[in-house]
Amino acid sequence: MTEATFPHRHLLGIEGLGAQELNTILDLSERFLEIADRPIKKVPTLRGKTVINLFLEPSTRTRTSFELAAKRLSADAVNMSGSASSTVKGETLIDTAQNIDAMAPDVIVIRHAQAGAAMQIAKHVRAGVVNAGDGAHEHPTQALLDCSTIRAHKGKIAGNTVCIIGDIANSRVARSNIFALQTLGAKVRVAGPRTLLPLGIEAMGVEAFDRLEPALEGADVVMMLRIQTERQAIGRFPNTREYSRYFGLNRARLALAKPDAIVMHPGPMNRGVEISSELADGDRSVILEQVSRGVAVRMAVLYLMAGGAEAERP
Amino acid sequence: MSGPGKIELRERSTLLDRVGIARALKRMASEIAEKAGPDPYLVGIRTGGAFLANRLAEIMKNDATGDARMHPSVGVVDITLYRDDVFRGMLKPEIGPTELEDSIEGRTVVLVDDVLYTGRTVRAAMDVLVDYGRPRAISLAVLIDRGCRELPIAPDIVGLSNPVDRNHTVSVLLAEEGGEDRVVLLERVTGEMA
Amino acid sequence: MTVSAANNKAFAMETLFLRGGRVLDPASGFDGQADVVISDGVIARIAPGAEAPAGARIVDCKGLWVTPGFIDLHVHLREPGQEYKEDIESGTRSAAAGGFTAVCAMPNTKPANDSRAVTELMVRRAAEVGVVRVYPIGAISLGLEGKTLSEMGELQEAGCVAVSDDGLPVMDIELMRRALEYARGFGLTVIQHCEDLTLSRGGAMHEGAVSTRAGIRAQPAAAESAMVARDLELVALTGARYHVAHISSAESIRLVREAKARGLPVTTEVTPHHLTLTDAACACYDTNTKMNPPLRPESDLEACRVGLADGTIDCIATDHAPHSPVEKDVEFEQAAFGVTGLETAIPLTLALVREGRMTPLTWVSRLTDAPARVLNLPGGKLSAGAVADVTIVDPEERWEVRASEMLSRSKNSPFVGQTMVGRAVMTIVGGRIAFAGERFGSNV
Repeated sequence: MTEATFPHRHLLGIEGLGAQELNTILDLSERFLEIADRPIKKVPTLRGKTVINLFLEPSTRTRTSFELAAKRLSADAVNMSGSASSTVKGETLIDTAQNIDAMAPDVIVIRHAQAGAAMQIAKHVRAGVVNAGDGAHEHPTQALLDCSTIRAHKGKIAGNTVCIIGDIANSRVARSNIFALQTLGAKVRVAGPRTLLPLGIEAMGVEAFDRLEPALEGADVVMMLRIQTERQAIGRFPNTREYSRYFGLNRARLALAKPDAIVMHPGPMNRGVEISSELADGDRSVILEQVSRGVAVRMAVLYLMAGGAEAERP
Repeated sequence: MSGPGKIELRERSTLLDRVGIARALKRMASEIAEKAGPDPYLVGIRTGGAFLANRLAEIMKNDATGDARMHPSVGVVDITLYRDDVFRGMLKPEIGPTELEDSIEGRTVVLVDDVLYTGRTVRAAMDVLVDYGRPRAISLAVLIDRGCRELPIAPDIVGLSNPVDRNHTVSVLLAEEGGEDRVVLLERVTGEMA
Repeated sequence: MTVSAANNKAFAMETLFLRGGRVLDPASGFDGQADVVISDGVIARIAPGAEAPAGARIVDCKGLWVTPGFIDLHVHLREPGQEYKEDIESGTRSAAAGGFTAVCAMPNTKPANDSRAVTELMVRRAAEVGVVRVYPIGAISLGLEGKTLSEMGELQEAGCVAVSDDGLPVMDIELMRRALEYARGFGLTVIQHCEDLTLSRGGAMHEGAVSTRAGIRAQPAAAESAMVARDLELVALTGARYHVAHISSAESIRLVREAKARGLPVTTEVTPHHLTLTDAACACYDTNTKMNPPLRPESDLEACRVGLADGTIDCIATDHAPHSPVEKDVEFEQAAFGVTGLETAIPLTLALVREGRMTPLTWVSRLTDAPARVLNLPGGKLSAGAVADVTIVDPEERWEVRASEMLSRSKNSPFVGQTMVGRAVMTIVGGRIAFAGERFGSNV
């Protein structure tokens, strides 16, 4: 009987986690996938445990995914939302976190609009903290579910060429995936208009491309990121029409990748902008599978962080 | 790993050898056919019980006397997520798959395990089954009943009844896991001073 | 020009005999053993083997450096309006503990120092509770809004020694041109916080490999150098005296070096933290590493060190920016910019002397006669007849930076908990001991 090792109180990011730890979570998630196929989609493992979802940045799907993950483990899940953080009039983030922690949750899942927020509250609470996205910094469970999906289709992560395309500069999904994929031995390429490729991205060990075509050559996995149309005040690209013309994934571009390359997207998709409808619904798309694996991965994470009673083995 | 105060398991005797195990399983298979027929669903409790369930199913399929030849359904349950004693924190036992391909709804389920001890494993296994459907009946077949029950659970079919106290452990070693089929009795001893 | 002197009754004017120290006076080039006699608020005599006057308090300066009083051109005293972070009393005490005998107070107070009323308030408060000299810097634009010029003439009359909108740049290029021209008419230097706001967009740290990895919204170094380049064109056009506040990037320094070579009346300053910490320090989201301009990569630090050594950067100025936990104990991108610096300036900058990049005399110059020259301030000289503003430094003292021991009301320093080498042990302002460290009986 081997033991699952995850010697951390929090899951704040992928950076700093080793391959073994990542594989532990991925292996565990396979087990939790089955639960969604059962007639009763529940196991009693986290019975009596409390998970509080503190979502200070709007998100329905990630929050629902975490909520389902907790509930399928029989934990009590509570959702708290609010606008991102400390304005002069509002309660500070640390005060909010400490107030919540005073209610003795076992796990606090936090999503926040600013980088470093998860790390910050982790210093001030007794509960375990799961980062559900902190600004442009990290979104560890997303990277884990992405790796889980890739593994399911490619057998393993190592040796694959993964192409992440889109608004890399503002994407926590990109960052967490870069950390995870590299740790697990994949080659990572990022592509997008220059205005969306952050300075110094190569220092993270990836190849950067300002056109899609060379990046897609021979790729095993194509991961499309959502274009944030909300942030276009600064105008990093002229409009979505031009973006989709030069940086959208369509059949012709996908043909440059390997014939069995899979198409991924963290959602929600802008159909016709970063990805054509045809591909989003096509047989190479694993987008919906990502969502199912998302619940399983989050169950695995919650299980590792909160599962079980206090140790009293002799 | 000895040393002052450390608990060690020392082999004391063999309760059943390969031949003994084969004999017991044969007898158990015919009892199952008799008591749980005509269409039993053998569900092994991972890991030891799962191997035994497969063996029992094979025996039942290959039984020479035409009447008793059966094709029982076989499944396996993993109880890790249902245990009441997994401790919180970093180390967790590995979770295996629960595979119940055929529906258990309305079936006569025979839970199979290698050793029956406190009864907690069987209780957890029944909780798993209940989450999968409503069997018509559940009965319990174990290779060894070593007593020291903590819950009101009793086996319907037993290979060998051999009550031992809490200072002893009964371990079923199976060829599927490497090595020879053997049921051994171990004693817990406190390590000697160096 | 009115200045505020430390005439607080708690600090008596004494006759002091500073015996056996190493006297460093950059203005005269003197570096050697000498004794210093101070009486009636002036330097009476400097000579080796002098005799202590009767009744003088003897200060044993063996192993210590005796220098002109340090001058900090860039300090935020937060009074009026934000006294919960710092006020003139606590700020000047902090300055004295850091070895400074004079500080220039930036105008981004509340209300801003854009009128004689505020300047006069600051001058009065400094006279009442200030422990070191306080020279107010007036605003360039009304309300620091960057739209219309402030009453520079009146500000100067009330006591301002320069003008700046620090905290903010003057974005409008035409207003900056008029500000330079107008200030020139009064002989005032314009100090610019160089940051093109449309490029920086509130970026919380330096834009580069570290910010990319950490996912923190960042500003490129070009936000600073683009404005330096722009302003230098205006300096060439107007001939006005122009000082770049807290320079931080290699490119900005290169531009200043070039401008000086062309003979333009440009000066600049650097903070101790920009000589010490790189942007890597921000990776842990500690808001005490968040300041503006932000910490930069090693190559920019190196340019700062080289620039300070060769004189392209005229002087050291701390940009002491106290903030309370309300402003700092928040998300990194949300936190206010700025760190304190008066009390750690000496050990951090002395590192350059220890590394052999500059002589002790040059180091002292960057803190004394050079800043005095930049803004035409009195002081910066240690010679007979000069006002007795004197700093005594122990270049070897090892000490730990402890928040509880800091004299500033705010504790937002990235150096808390670190061990430093070098410290002010006595600060004398106009013949009064404004600060005495432990070795001299501590008047803190």
